[in-house]
Amino acid sequence: MSIEVRNISKSFGNFTALRDVSLQVHDGELLALLGPSGSGKTTLLRIISGLEVPNPNPSSDILFHGQSVVDRPVRHREVGFVFQHYALFRHMSVADNIGFGLRMRPRATRPSKSEIRDRVGKLLKLIQLEGFGDRFPSQLSGGQRQRVALARALAVEPKVLLLDEPFGALDAKVRQGLRTWLRRLHDEIHLTSVLVTHDQEEALEVADRVVVMNQSRIEQIGTPDEVFHHPKTPFVMEFLGQVNVFHGRVTKGKIELDDPFTTEQHEPHNNSNPQAIYARPHELDIQRELTNGEGIAAKVRRLHLAGPIARVILEAENGGHVQVHLSLERFYELALQPGVAAYVVPKSGRVFEGASKTILG
Amino acid sequence: MVWRLKKHSVLPGFGLTLGFTVFYLSLIVLLPLTALCLKSTSMGWPQFWETVSHPRVWASCRLTFETAATAALINAVGGFIVAWCLVRYDFPLKRIFDAMVDLPFALPTAVSGISLTTIYASSGWIGQWLARWDIKLVYSRWGIIIAMTFIGLPFVVRTLQPALEDLEKENEEAAACLGANRWQTFRFVIWPTIIPALLTGFAMAFARGLGEYGSIVFISGNMPMKTEIASLLIITKLEQHDLAGATAIAVILLVSSFVVLLCINLLQWWSSERVRGVA
Repeated sequence: MSIEVRNISKSFGNFTALRDVSLQVHDGELLALLGPSGSGKTTLLRIISGLEVPNPNPSSDILFHGQSVVDRPVRHREVGFVFQHYALFRHMSVADNIGFGLRMRPRATRPSKSEIRDRVGKLLKLIQLEGFGDRFPSQLSGGQRQRVALARALAVEPKVLLLDEPFGALDAKVRQGLRTWLRRLHDEIHLTSVLVTHDQEEALEVADRVVVMNQSRIEQIGTPDEVFHHPKTPFVMEFLGQVNVFHGRVTKGKIELDDPFTTEQHEPHNNSNPQAIYARPHELDIQRELTNGEGIAAKVRRLHLAGPIARVILEAENGGHVQVHLSLERFYELALQPGVAAYVVPKSGRVFEGASKTILG
Repeated sequence: MVWRLKKHSVLPGFGLTLGFTVFYLSLIVLLPLTALCLKSTSMGWPQFWETVSHPRVWASCRLTFETAATAALINAVGGFIVAWCLVRYDFPLKRIFDAMVDLPFALPTAVSGISLTTIYASSGWIGQWLARWDIKLVYSRWGIIIAMTFIGLPFVVRTLQPALEDLEKENEEAAACLGANRWQTFRFVIWPTIIPALLTGFAMAFARGLGEYGSIVFISGNMPMKTEIASLLIITKLEQHDLAGATAIAVILLVSSFVVLLCINLLQWWSSERVRGVA
């Protein structure tokens, strides 16, 4: 079932959580809402579910499969909601938790006890927790609890599945496993799903499309590939992965650098001349001798070699740090050591002017 | 043989606090109660039985337990609503209402007894209205229940408040998302998690009612066989210099309240184990 959100705003007292947000979720798609904390992503999810009511506005609407659900209370919206801290009923066994939604149905549509038991059994199998039905939530690990919460949400056969930072409270290893599992599950059941996360890696890996949010607004919507490689705004560029920012001038498609400084120190978007030039670590190269063109003189400071690529951190003459990712072959070819002098040479970079961007190569 | 005198623990002071606990409980609770039991045995078994099986004693004990249980039940319902309102909603003067709950704790019981009698007497504010329908609360067992309800209220409210504050909002939201209506959410999600606290509050209000004396003697009328509570009968015996008789009734009261409280505590323990999800 498709979801459409039209011109939704939401404020809590003086705080504006959402400013005129519109969004479409396609049928059967897994969409990620990605952004820093306070960007409004959870509020948007809660408004879709009906747990939060948007500011009254004649032009705002929420549609499920073309039908307005704005006036429908939560329990009639048929959404499955998974909370960050599981929100399992701790006085109920795992099986009773999963069957809760079915047991709460009005008598006319309530399945029989044996039907509920069958459905719970199937869901336990789906979440790979067969034989755990009689346990209580307190006897499960975090990852198991979240799977139970997911099964509980799926038991009522919701039209859409909404997940609020579902892996946020889990440690990295479990998180990774559960993420892959969730994606596989989605490919099996094709339930329209919206996932809220602040973890860009999670969003890019799991989702069909990513919505990047910042300061109560949507910055960009696109496939993981689009938002990563073709960011529309400096914020998206910086939020999705590491970025080096240089000060420089762009004349006739050529970069003239003033001086480099790091991502951490950067204040987003500076439109004045000289401009901010953005380059991801893999868009930079290192040369021991400057053969031709522009380069920044720097000293190698730290090396991280544990991984498929070599991550080199250099310090420029003005004290700014630059991060460069090299293939291991290239790294060994250069024979870099901490303290060695070298030049950072941009292969490509990006300049943002308003919302548009220029790619330099 | 190796004596391990000290076991290392993150929280030191177990030996010291346990020693103090035993000493303190002995001094404050156990010693007087032992003296009480010893005193009552001085009269011999046949005489003891004669004293406690007297119809007047039997009637007063029964009255005390019945009224205390009724009052605790009323408080369990009323106190629950008060605690619910104070915890879940914000409204003006909330702090003042909250403070008012403690007043029955602070007021001397004689003062509350006199004021309750004045209000509910047939000439009082409430009493005169009730008198029109021929309802007479004062000098009946209802008067006793009113007094016991008054003094027991804080126990229920104060034990329930933390439990209600601990309720997770997400649990209720989850229930709503799963299609549960408000009543179902209350019945199946909220209620099971607050039962232990409610039982504790009930037990405390009940125990307080059993032991209440000061406020009741003014409002009950103290008619033997009808509105005479056990603690009043004890005082009467004492005034007649029948110390052994007084302690005999006290022992009966003590043992039966202990049994009742133990039962409620076991029930409470069992239900909280369930809530914590330990099968």
